[in-house]
Amino acid sequence: MLRVGVLALQGDFREHVNSLTALNVAVQKVRNPEELKTVNALVIPGGESTTISMLAKRVGLLDPLRKFVKDGFAVYGSCAGMIMLADEILDGRSDQETIGGIDITVRRNAFGRQVDSFETDLALKDFKNNFRAVFIRAPWVERVGSEVEVLATYKTENNQEHPVMVRQGALLATSFHPELTNDNRIHEYFVQMAKSVSRVNS
Amino acid sequence: MLKGGVIMDVINAEQARIAEDAGAVAVMALERVPADIRKDGGVARMSDPDMIDEIIATVSIPVMAKARIGHITEAQVLQSLGVDYIDESEVLTPADESHHIDKRQFTVPFVCGATNLGEALRRISEGAAMIRSKGEAGTGNVVEAVRHMRTIRGDIARLKGLDKEELYSAAKNLQAPYELVVQVAELGRLPVVLFTAGGIATPADAALMMQLGADGVFVGSGIFKSGDPVQRAKAIVEATTNFDDPKVIARVSRGLGEAMVGINIDILPASERFAGRGW
Repeated sequence: MLRVGVLALQGDFREHVNSLTALNVAVQKVRNPEELKTVNALVIPGGESTTISMLAKRVGLLDPLRKFVKDGFAVYGSCAGMIMLADEILDGRSDQETIGGIDITVRRNAFGRQVDSFETDLALKDFKNNFRAVFIRAPWVERVGSEVEVLATYKTENNQEHPVMVRQGALLATSFHPELTNDNRIHEYFVQMAKSVSRVNS
Repeated sequence: MLKGGVIMDVINAEQARIAEDAGAVAVMALERVPADIRKDGGVARMSDPDMIDEIIATVSIPVMAKARIGHITEAQVLQSLGVDYIDESEVLTPADESHHIDKRQFTVPFVCGATNLGEALRRISEGAAMIRSKGEAGTGNVVEAVRHMRTIRGDIARLKGLDKEELYSAAKNLQAPYELVVQVAELGRLPVVLFTAGGIATPADAALMMQLGADGVFVGSGIFKSGDPVQRAKAIVEATTNFDDPKVIARVSRGLGEAMVGINIDILPASERFAGRGW
């Protein structure tokens, strides 16, 4: 049976729990390696990636999280979660560690500071209608590996187009925060992904 | 996304770096921490733009800065510097004794203090994007933060049981817009995040405030007025995440050295209390 964990170290994990609960999925907050063992899919919320990374390191969660990804469990990261899932980051702290797993290079705070936060209607591949996407001090993707599928891009004012939603195997990441809207389609998409790779966490 | 995080007062780039290293989700740039504002007296104002620029250049997390209550120009200056949030703060000497800043005229989000639900809703109607319970800054005494958080949460709980007619009179008593009062009654919480501030000095203080329903914590003098700021900052961050796990609180509370020396609020004359500023 699917049991989705939500990494609850810092950030808007409560909103992710609400979005998943609305889809009738069993949800468990994850704050330590023991709790990670009880789930077979994981969501990494929006927050400050430096804070989440440091707290994960301090409670000894970084390596178990890397193993979780390597073992093929489904993981979805929004905003800071995208940074955590990226193999490479730009404009992070020099000692900032990620979990990795998606072969992308992500630029932190790429869209700018708090005042540059915005909402927009985004076309997502394989989704019938546009998605209202909320970007808060958001990252974007600057390099995409050959195994990575781009599901959405955003064109900036100076006509630069950057991926903002990507998938590689069982890993999904968005620059924006679907958990802050009432539109649960991305969470639904992730739950379907997780069910299709459905594995037992031993 | 600041939720579940700790925002730390810093007075220079070095402290800002310590705060970021410890896992702060944001820093508050100011010239003197509240404990020193108390000690030194005089008029407390917006910080030097040079100092704010330097802190913005030093850290990758959001930078907040304080403007005096009602000081529109200080807020305009801070917005032009590119700070991520402005705190219209009672810790600085108020510039206007009856009007707060019309925060809707700004693109930068504002955080404001509140001691009760009516005050919080007045600030939200002026455009505040974030509320913090005021507490009594610079005392290292958590009692006022507890009082204000319990008052706000209690005020909200009371609204939930009321019917539509009663909400009109509740709005009148709270001196707050009816539409916001209805929204709070429906949501069972504020329509913006509710952080806590004022007097938090230990990991257990931070965890207590989270248990009382705060979305996150501001720590002012408590860190850099203590014996070992680096360890205390880390400990408060960890305690805020694991606020309901006493074993973690116990572990991070060990060997932190001296906490800041506190002040008992009941011997503090009314003229020296910050929480009463703001209307």
